[in-house]
Amino acid sequence: MSVHNAEQPTIPFWRDERYLNIFAQILAFVLVFGALYILWSNMNRSLEAIGLPLSLKFLKLTASFDIGESLIKYTREDTYLRAYLVGILNTIQVSVLGIIFATILGIIIGVSRLSTNWILNRLATGYIELFRNIPLLVFLIFWYQGIFLKFPDVRNAIAIGHIYLSKRGVAFPWGIPTETFRAYLYILAVGLVIAIIVGIILYRQGQKTGRMPMFTLWALLTWIGIGILGWFILPQAPLSWTLPQLPEKGFNITGGKVFSPEFMGLLSGLVLYTAAFIGEVVRAGIQAVSKGQVEAARALGLTGFEALRLVVFPQALRVIIPPLTSQYLNLTKNSSLAIAIGYPDIVHVYGTIINQSGRAVEMTAIMMATYLTFSLLTSAFMNWYNKRIQLVER
Amino acid sequence: MTTLHSSKKFLPPPSERSTALGWVIKNLLNTWYNALLTIVTLGIIFVVLRSSLIWAFSAARWEVIPANLRLFLVGQYPSQIPGENDQVWRLWLDLYILAGIIGLSWGVWVRRRETVAGVLLGFPILIALLPFSLSVRALLVGLSVAGLIFWWLGKRWARRLQRVTISLWIAYFPVAVLFIRGFGAEEAAFMPNVPTRFWGGLLLSVLLAIVGIAVSFPIGVALAVGRQSSLPIVRSFSVLYIELIRGVPLISLLFMGQIMLPLFLPQGANPDRIIRAMVVIVMFAAAYLAENVRGGLQAIPKGQYEAAYALGLNGFQTMVFIVLPQALRTVIPVLVGQFITLFKDTSLVAIVGLLDLLGIARSVIANPKFIGTQREVFLFISLFYFVLSYALSYTSRRLEAALGVGER
Repeated sequence: MSVHNAEQPTIPFWRDERYLNIFAQILAFVLVFGALYILWSNMNRSLEAIGLPLSLKFLKLTASFDIGESLIKYTREDTYLRAYLVGILNTIQVSVLGIIFATILGIIIGVSRLSTNWILNRLATGYIELFRNIPLLVFLIFWYQGIFLKFPDVRNAIAIGHIYLSKRGVAFPWGIPTETFRAYLYILAVGLVIAIIVGIILYRQGQKTGRMPMFTLWALLTWIGIGILGWFILPQAPLSWTLPQLPEKGFNITGGKVFSPEFMGLLSGLVLYTAAFIGEVVRAGIQAVSKGQVEAARALGLTGFEALRLVVFPQALRVIIPPLTSQYLNLTKNSSLAIAIGYPDIVHVYGTIINQSGRAVEMTAIMMATYLTFSLLTSAFMNWYNKRIQLVER
Repeated sequence: MTTLHSSKKFLPPPSERSTALGWVIKNLLNTWYNALLTIVTLGIIFVVLRSSLIWAFSAARWEVIPANLRLFLVGQYPSQIPGENDQVWRLWLDLYILAGIIGLSWGVWVRRRETVAGVLLGFPILIALLPFSLSVRALLVGLSVAGLIFWWLGKRWARRLQRVTISLWIAYFPVAVLFIRGFGAEEAAFMPNVPTRFWGGLLLSVLLAIVGIAVSFPIGVALAVGRQSSLPIVRSFSVLYIELIRGVPLISLLFMGQIMLPLFLPQGANPDRIIRAMVVIVMFAAAYLAENVRGGLQAIPKGQYEAAYALGLNGFQTMVFIVLPQALRTVIPVLVGQFITLFKDTSLVAIVGLLDLLGIARSVIANPKFIGTQREVFLFISLFYFVLSYALSYTSRRLEAALGVGER
């Protein structure tokens, strides 16, 4: 092998780990690509046989199917591409709202789990155990078919204030933009700038004096104050409320905003389910902060609330963020179960497009790419946030 | 307390035990906001419980459950084969062997922990509370008795039976599946072949989960080791596979399996729908299992590798003899958790049209005789999923504590 090592017995190359490593890599490469090649050529042959060779041109064809609900304008004359876009937007809508509500409910449950109040504590524990041990899909179908579809029909809708529950979905009072709405948006934008300036001034002051005020809170209050002021200063309120009205005859609720039972069932089901898992994450995070930290904070003269805000919470957040990220991703992926209850999300539209066009391979590739993009974006954002709040170690 | 200082005599220390009223005040009403919380919580519980109980005892049509119990448990397992007598005894045989092995293992390794053993053995009796016929109930109670007998045997000859028990476990699953599938032709007199299209209900759910975890185990371990490997090509393949699978929802993979798997195979090869679902579940479980095993691998201190190298082991030997045994030991609890998750995830095969527990439930509701019984049916199968998952996680948690698995 080498000249100056002649006295040592040389290892034969088939036992030399360096050669073995290279050999193993080549073997892995050949095996994986060989398998992929066989699959690929099989697929091409089968696609030739059914007369649908790979191509993305079909996306420009007319979809000619209806979609129950859509955030953008969509008719059956639109293309497959637009239909798929409707699916993506629907998934985003339910995921974003789901993440927000699940986080709020999850924090409440996690804190209840640590409460000294026995009944509340038990209730939270029972809630978490319940949802951890039944499949989400079973719960979703039960929730949709057993609760949302069993509401009375529109004329006998259950009224909670001005919210109406019926077979047709859930109707809320809703604001309709008036002429001054655009002006109000400008006011809000200016308010936001002022609020940020207030926050920065307070922060600077805090650094100078060593007594940090709650600058975020004050900035937020400034913004809300300007918002309220702007609402009443304008000659006409920027939003006019419409209340849902039950029909005298016919089946449609007029006024307000009606959310379909599919959307509400999916959203609330996902929120209830994910909140149980977020509750566990929050509890574990809070418990991970050692008791000595609180005691030390109290010994330094911080009040109970200050100790929570300045000592416990920032440390708990560090533990909470990584598992919380995976819960958010789970919620987004779980929203694909919408297909079982008929909410037109990505997978639902994907299934319909395949049925109409027969383009299974192309659509599957597109759908996987979509979900991977969601996953990567969410984890990139959460990693960035996580890095910002991580402990800076020396 | 104040009297302690004023009186000359020492009082006995305050009793730890409190009265019922004292407990209520301490745990429910200690501050004004806690009192408020208690009232609000009780109010919510009352409203929910009241309406559900009224529904359960007056409006609910529970007769749908006993009428379809067999469907829920085994689907159309044997009854649909024309001219064939009842084949359910093969499933009972599997269950009895399983009960025997569990009892045996408990006797050989765990010994103490009678309460947990009681829960495990009491499980069939709990199931017997469901509206079964008398003979089925007797068979269920028999399961507990069989477990008890083998537990005693295991305890008696613990030393001698250790190896036997391990080999029994390894042999059990192939044999059990073979019994379910049957030998030879569909017309055979003894254990005729039951095609997979007749597998259904809880049987199918459990089978999918067991096959999923068992087959994906070696693949997942290989992927985890590959991800930790110093060889760049092997590592990038593993990372790519794991992240690709974990990034997409299971339902999309299941659709892919049903629609696209036949395209990838040579023409003429057309595996049935259950096999397609199994392939997908194995692929899916392997990626998640790999991440769990990686956690175990990362927990092995570097000194173990260095010591192994110092002893002259090469990379492969170090992995197989030193690192993996320790890593796998630490991840056993996580793997049990993954099994439970997988068991729940198998319910998704109902969406692609298989008749697992959920699929059967959906078909029962579609039956015109039982129209409008969604709540009853879904509550029942939720209960089934809940009891099984909870019992499994409870037993494994207790077992971990008893055996010190996961601690090093």
